[in-house]
Order: sequence, then C-alpha cells, then structure tokens
Amino acid sequence: MNALRNLLDKQKPLFEKGGKFEKFHYAFEAGETFMFTPNHTTGIKGTQIKDAVDLKRLMMTVVIALIPPLLFGIYNVGDMHYLATGEAATFWDKILIGMRVVLPVVLVSYTAGGIVEAIFSIVRRHPINEGFLVTGMLIPLIMPPTIPLWEVALATVFAVIIAKEVFGGTGMNVLNVAMTARAFLYFAYPTDMSGDVWYFLGGQQYADGFTGATALGIAAETSVAEGSQQVVGALSAVNHGMFDFWNIFVGLIPGSIGETSTLMCLVGAIILVATGVGSGRIIFSVFAGAFALGLIMNLAGANEFMNMPAYYHLAMGGLAFGAVYMATDPVSAAHTDTGKWIYGFLIGVITVIIRVLNPAYPEGIMLAVLFMNVFAPLIDYFVIQANKKRRLQRATV
Amino acid sequence: MSQHIKIKKGFEIPLAGKAEKTLANPVQSETYVIKPTDFLGFQRPKILVKEGDTVKAGQPLFFDRKMNEVMYCAPVSGEVVEVIRGEKRKLLGIRILGDKQIDCAKFPERSSTELAGMSRDEAQKIMLESGVWPQIIQRPYGIVADPADTPKSIFISTFDTHPLAPDFDYLLKNQGGFFSAGIDVLKKFTLGKVHIGIDADAEVSPIFSAAKGVVTDKFSGIHPAGNVGVHIHHTDPISKGDIVWTLDPYGVVQIGKLFLKGVYDASKIIALTGSEVKKPQYYQTYIGADIKKIVEGNLKQEHVRFISGNVLTGERIYKDGYLGFYHHQITVIPEGDYYELLGWLKPTANKLSFHRAFGLLSFLNPKKEYVLDSNTRGEERAFVQTGIFEQVTPIDMLPEYLLKAILAEDYDEMEELGIYEVIEEDLALCEFIDVSKHDIQGILRRGINLIRFS
Repeated sequence: MNALRNLLDKQKPLFEKGGKFEKFHYAFEAGETFMFTPNHTTGIKGTQIKDAVDLKRLMMTVVIALIPPLLFGIYNVGDMHYLATGEAATFWDKILIGMRVVLPVVLVSYTAGGIVEAIFSIVRRHPINEGFLVTGMLIPLIMPPTIPLWEVALATVFAVIIAKEVFGGTGMNVLNVAMTARAFLYFAYPTDMSGDVWYFLGGQQYADGFTGATALGIAAETSVAEGSQQVVGALSAVNHGMFDFWNIFVGLIPGSIGETSTLMCLVGAIILVATGVGSGRIIFSVFAGAFALGLIMNLAGANEFMNMPAYYHLAMGGLAFGAVYMATDPVSAAHTDTGKWIYGFLIGVITVIIRVLNPAYPEGIMLAVLFMNVFAPLIDYFVIQANKKRRLQRATV
Repeated sequence: MSQHIKIKKGFEIPLAGKAEKTLANPVQSETYVIKPTDFLGFQRPKILVKEGDTVKAGQPLFFDRKMNEVMYCAPVSGEVVEVIRGEKRKLLGIRILGDKQIDCAKFPERSSTELAGMSRDEAQKIMLESGVWPQIIQRPYGIVADPADTPKSIFISTFDTHPLAPDFDYLLKNQGGFFSAGIDVLKKFTLGKVHIGIDADAEVSPIFSAAKGVVTDKFSGIHPAGNVGVHIHHTDPISKGDIVWTLDPYGVVQIGKLFLKGVYDASKIIALTGSEVKKPQYYQTYIGADIKKIVEGNLKQEHVRFISGNVLTGERIYKDGYLGFYHHQITVIPEGDYYELLGWLKPTANKLSFHRAFGLLSFLNPKKEYVLDSNTRGEERAFVQTGIFEQVTPIDMLPEYLLKAILAEDYDEMEELGIYEVIEEDLALCEFIDVSKHDIQGILRRGINLIRFS
C-alpha cells in the first residue's frame, strides 16, 4: 500500500495551489481521502485528540443500513416479474431479473450525482461531501422498477443542484435530496411514476386475471366507490391473496424498488438506532403518528378506507422506508430532541391524511416528509424559544 | 446547606498513562516563562522589566494597560534573560533564568485570626501587586477578574475530571490551613456565597472539608462533573449582567499562603501523564517552568506531542516549551501525522469513540485505557449530525445553535442561547465528539470576544 501512498504523494503537488491542476484540488482530495484518512493533526489550542468518527463513517453506516432493502428489492423485482407474467422461476432467475433492473438504476444515480458534485466542488471550491453516498443509494430505492434511466439521471441532477448545491451543499439543504428527486419525477413525469408502473414486465404481458394495482391504490378505491367491501377483503381478493397483511409486511408486493418491505426497513432501523446514526425518536414517532391517526379514522369510519385496521397503514406503501431512511436525514429533519418527536409524529399524521382523505394521491409519505422538512426549522424555533425562556426567567437585568 | 447533583450527560475519555501518586526526584528547570497569552482576555501589555534585570519571586513583570492594577509577577527569583516577542513585536513572554535558591519579595504576614478583621480593600491591594490575582477568573468570558467588580458568588471546584487530570488532594497535600485562609480572604469579596464543589464519588479530602462558612455542593458522575461551569449552572446559574468568580484550589492555597507567610509562592506539584511517558508521576516545580528537564529521558519514543494541560483543553507545546500559568499537568501523547489506508472504513477497537457508527467498537469495552494520538481522524465538514452535543453537555443549552449564532455573528441569539454560561472547557467534549471536526473552542472564544467587546 506504500506504493499507492507514494503515487498519491507524487501527484499531490499538481493539485495544490499553484499546481497544474489546481482547479481539481477538491476532486483529488476526495479521491485521496477515500483511500487514506488524512495526516491532519489537531491544533495548538483546543482538544488535542479527536473521536474516531468522521462523516464518511457516519454516511457509510447509513449505506450499510440500506443494504437489506436493496437486496430484498432486487429479489422482489424479479419475484414480481414472474408473478405478473405467470411464469415459473427459480430463486436465481428472480435475482437475475432484479439485478438487470436495479443495478443500472443505482449506477446511473451514483454517476449522475457524482458528476454534479464534482463539477460543483470545482466551481464552488468546496470539498466533495459524503452525503451523496447515501443520497445516491436512496434515489434508486424509491423509483418504480420501470423507470427510464434517463429520468433517474435527470431527477438526480435536478435534486442535487436544486435541493442541495444551491443552498451550499451537504449540511445546508432544507429538503431531503432523495425525496426531492422523487417529487420532481412525480410531478414532471406522472405517467412514469404512478399507475401501471410497479411491475417490470420486460416486454411480456400480464398473466390472465392479474392486475397491476398496488395495495394503497386498491384501498383508496374503497373510499370513493359506493357500497364497496371492507379494505381487508378487497385486498385479499387481488392476485390470489397477494395483499395479505403478512405479505405486505414482508414486502412481497409491487412498489418502488426498495420500499416494499417493512420488515427490511425495520432491520435497517435497528442498525441506525443501535449505532446512534438515525434518530429513534423520529422513526418511532412517524409510526406513532400514522397509527394514531389511523385509529382516529377508524372511530370516524365514514368510508371503508377509514375503517381499515390502523396497523395496515404502517406496513402499506412507503411509510416504513420514509420513516427509517428519509425522515431521519439529520440535516433536513428537526435538530432538537423535542422537535424530533413533533416532526416525526406530524409526518405520520400527514401521510395518513393524504392517503385517506386526499383522492388525488394514493401515497402520502413523500409529500409528508418534504412538507415537514420545510416546517422543521419552525418546530425547532419553538423548542429554542422555550430554552431561551428558561434562561431569561432567572435573569435579573 | 449542601446538595448532591448527579451528572449523567458527558463522556469519560479513559487514556493510558495516569500519574502514579509518587513524587519524582526534584528536577530544577533552568528557565521560566510567563506568557500574556495564557491569560484569556489580556489586551495591551506594559512591560516593567528589562533584559538583564534581576527579579524576586512575586515581583511584577508586566500588566495589562486595560486593567492596570493587576500585576503579573515572576514565579521565581532570577535574571530576566529575554523579552520574547513575536510578529509586530507582540509580547509572547518574559523568560527568567531561575536562581537555585528562590528569593521572595516580602509582603505583610498575618495570623489567621488577623485575617478575619482585614478589609476587602486591604486584602485586594496585596493580592493585586503580589501576582496571585490572575488566579481569579471571571465568568462570563473566562478572563482574569476585574478588581472593581463584586461578584454574585465565588465558585471553586475541588476536583478535575478531565482525562488523566491530577488529584488536587495530592497536589495540595498538607496545605489545608492555607486553603481555609484563602477561603476566608475570598469571602470578603462577595456579598453572596463561596461555593465549593466536591466529588461525591470520592472521600472528601480534609483540605477542603476544613473550610468554614462555605456552601459545599456535591457532584457525582462522569466528566464534565468536575467543571466549574457545570457546578455554577446547577447551583447558581449566570444570567445576563451577573458576574461570578472562579478559582481552582491551587489559587486559593496561593492566596492563603500570601497572607499567612507573606510570600507569593509559585511552586506547584504537577502531574506528568500520557501514554508516551515511561513513568507517569508527580513533579515538584514552579509556574511557567520549562518542561525539558521533566520529560527528558522519560519518554517511550521521540515522535510525540507535548501538551501543557489536559488533552481536551490544553495547549500544544514543544519539548523545550513551558508549563502554562493555570496548568497542573503535562500530557504526552503520540503525534498523529500519518496517513491511514481506508481509516474511515476499517473497524477499530483501538480508537476511542463516543459514537457507535459502523466499525467503532470502543463502546464494547468501556474500561479499556486507550492510547490516542493527535490525528484529527477526518476532515472538517459542515454540521450534519444533530442532537449529540447535548448528550455531552450537562448544561441546559443547545450548543449547536449557540455555535451557529456565533458563526452568524448574531449577538442577541448568542446572549439568549447562553454564551455567558460557558467557556472553552465546557464545550471541549463537543469538539472531541464532533463528526464534522469543527474547532468548537475556537469558535466559542470568537463569540465570547464579540460579545465582550460589543
């Protein structure tokens, strides 16, 4: 490894101030620091030792927590493909199809975002931030499996520039970058983001009697159709009982690539909370908010969707994925501990409101997270005011 | 009147190289330096000695034109060999070649009963000219106290919970009489109380329990349980307009000695600590001593960093550097100027972390003593992680927002978010655990200066 170090040391002067490639300093630095932690030492005054943690490690932890939904997503895309076409297939057939669909999306997302980050680091002269390690993985996982690759690239570029870089880069953004990418496609290319997009068919046709709807779509229909049956019954009637609760929970259902499995999201949640990287307060309160409003809806019971058992809300759609990976983004979430409880709870509540009461959108987590991202500073503001007030109360002047 | 306060928020940094409670053979340092830079808030020095002058211990060397009653005095007798200056002739220190036998300037001696009848003005005059006054630190700002003020209360923390910190009970052995006398003098300066914070987890040293007429507050728990800022916050918090004075027990003893023996005694016991010291133990020396003789031949290797003070709030010095005015400790750790292949990804049990992010395994083994070096373990980034500074700050405040207010130079916010309550040492743990590697103590001092001169 000394050879690698020597090679880097030899090239380094070219990228320093006054060097031939001075402009690319931060790009070089990014590459260098990914291979070697730098030889920086602490200053003259202040702490002389530092904690072993750094931002790269923190972000890496999130990427690791994303592996369960990613792997499950790869399998599930294949599984759904064979289920929809009605063909018999082995485990490896499914994995193969899944990889064919998912890996290009991941690759495109990382490449497009990486290029934008690099260009900005050169133009704006700031270090390349590790935040994109996570964003680049989140974006593919919230795309439908049928998404055209150019749209992935476009959405990533849009989100990185508009949601992050214009604010000054990682740490300065107001909105969750990955959710912004999804929202961009959702409104710019609605036909590719909703409707019959949840099965990768690969040019084949649905098997006889198979429907391409999602659980939330079916549930939403019950709220408008007159004299419809109970949601649970309606769900289990579809595609030979595909939307049985446990199936929904485990995630063997159609949906965006990585968000179908509540189980895998819970595994990720355990990783995030145990390592202290994700806020358990937020995750818990998102679920609590959704469940609480679900119960209230049950009491109101104006239509069959309202009567759906509240725990279905927790497993259906992208709520779990959003709660665990999106709402916990420390930069765009509330920063104060008290604020996190409120922020999470409201995300859960708004998600269910959009799902049940708004006929236009079957799923609400995306809009709920973005909406609360905008309101997080306001929540923090009140928490900070309370802290200031405690201090002022004992002042005499 | 006594209360027991348990400190739960914080973080212990268990380092290797704790000083054994033995006193090393005497080593006499050659030179001593008193540095204006050791005194936070020091503004414009006026030098009172020339190179070649001989001075007695307790004779003034310089003062601050902005607070000209407070004298900064020679710790030992000897010859002024150098007025050390930096860029733009800035005064960096006065170097004194120490005598073998210390010759002390004489101040009036008093018995402990006479002390009781002495007025504040009388006591203050002697304290100002003898060199003990800078031991009194004013909060807010953490600067040398202004003799024109009457503080709301005076706080003394009798224990230090910083990594490898020396034990005051050992540093001040048999000096209980001076401590009590020092307290008696200090009581004249405040209309409020003198608070003594003691360690509830250890046996109370007779040195501190003998003091009369003080409020004793017990603190237990992890670092920063010994920080005087934490004690103040939990017993008599500082609000806007309040002035509180703080001292360490050594300063109190020095004041007591000044009155009972009539001398400015700058001798002190310090701890030589750290993983790179062969035999960490205590040494007898003086304020401002050159550390060369103390560390010589006592190191496991040469590529080390010398720190005057502890690893959280200390100052890097060199092998021929000098002990800081307020420090009771020298720490020697390995220098960390090396690259590490995939250092950010490798699982590690040998590097201490407050966090438990991927591969940081130190939380599994909280009792282990760590050898930590001065590597920053990553580069500076924007603030990303939230809610962790609060976990190591046992003060009801929001450090992240205070720091952002300072960066934005928002004076009202700084004030409302509690900048009066903290100085560097109170947020030192935040700097240690910060994922984004900010110079938090530096930022805080910038904010304090903004507020102070606004």
